[in-house]
Amino acid sequence: MVFEKGASSLKSVKAIETGKVAGTNNLATERKFSVLVVDDDAIIRKIHSKLLSKFPVEIQVAVNGKEAVDLYRSGAFFDLVLMDMEMPIMNGFEATKELRALGLKSLIVGVTARSSDSEKKAFMEAGLNDCHAKPLTSEMVKSLLQELNKNN
Amino acid sequence: MERNHLPRHLVLQRQSLFDQGLLDEQFIQLEELQDDANPNFVEEVVTSYYQNTSTLIVIIEQALGTSPLDFNKLDGYMYQLKGSSSSFGAKKVKADCTLFREYCKAGNVEGCMRTFQQLKKEYASLKRKLEAYFQLARQARVTGTASRPK
Repeated sequence: MVFEKGASSLKSVKAIETGKVAGTNNLATERKFSVLVVDDDAIIRKIHSKLLSKFPVEIQVAVNGKEAVDLYRSGAFFDLVLMDMEMPIMNGFEATKELRALGLKSLIVGVTARSSDSEKKAFMEAGLNDCHAKPLTSEMVKSLLQELNKNN
Repeated sequence: MERNHLPRHLVLQRQSLFDQGLLDEQFIQLEELQDDANPNFVEEVVTSYYQNTSTLIVIIEQALGTSPLDFNKLDGYMYQLKGSSSSFGAKKVKADCTLFREYCKAGNVEGCMRTFQQLKKEYASLKRKLEAYFQLARQARVTGTASRPK
């Protein structure tokens, strides 16, 4: 298990809350994953939040890259970040680079309306784990959370 | 109210929105997110869309009134509109956005103007049709009328 900045105490609290001990092989030891939705489009935030609400996750939102970085700097921890590419103030590329530079090792998945492979590739180079077209589907969200479960 | 318990006239009205090519699969994806706690989710998304994009339409119209046209700027605005339109499955509006952007890339003024007029018509028409559909859907939920699918 990789402990991220500000994460260890949070994970311990969640483990205690569920009455389970972290690090066991018990698959029922399912703490709530924390997901950050970063998008300047209110409709996409609404849709992605609704998609995620079907799963046992805690959801936070940020309206641009700077807000996401500020949240992380203030001690918030995220298992998964859904990062839009084009946003005002700080775009997804810059925010991803900044979060990685600050030490965030969690899954960061780009979501973009850009369809060309070259644009997605350029976005990936900021430090994304993956990149998908938006809006995400239920199947894609399920797949991402399963990946998180596997890694944890 | 699940789709298979919708009154027949509502089923037909909904199907016609797809048959006319106005909506795509994304609309169905959103419908599947609706539940008892949030039965109007799709209507909320569509309402947000029209609230958020109405200003954008005005901005694009104003930008088309300048000379010479700033195709980069226009492309940027239309990229936003396309993204929002695709989020709830507005298939025809999204297609018009794509066509407009192609005209921008080609620097085709007439193409942009013509496509924008078409887009505005589709945008307004879809709004009217969806408003009518959602109103009927709300009434159906209230009355709880249902007909079994044949």
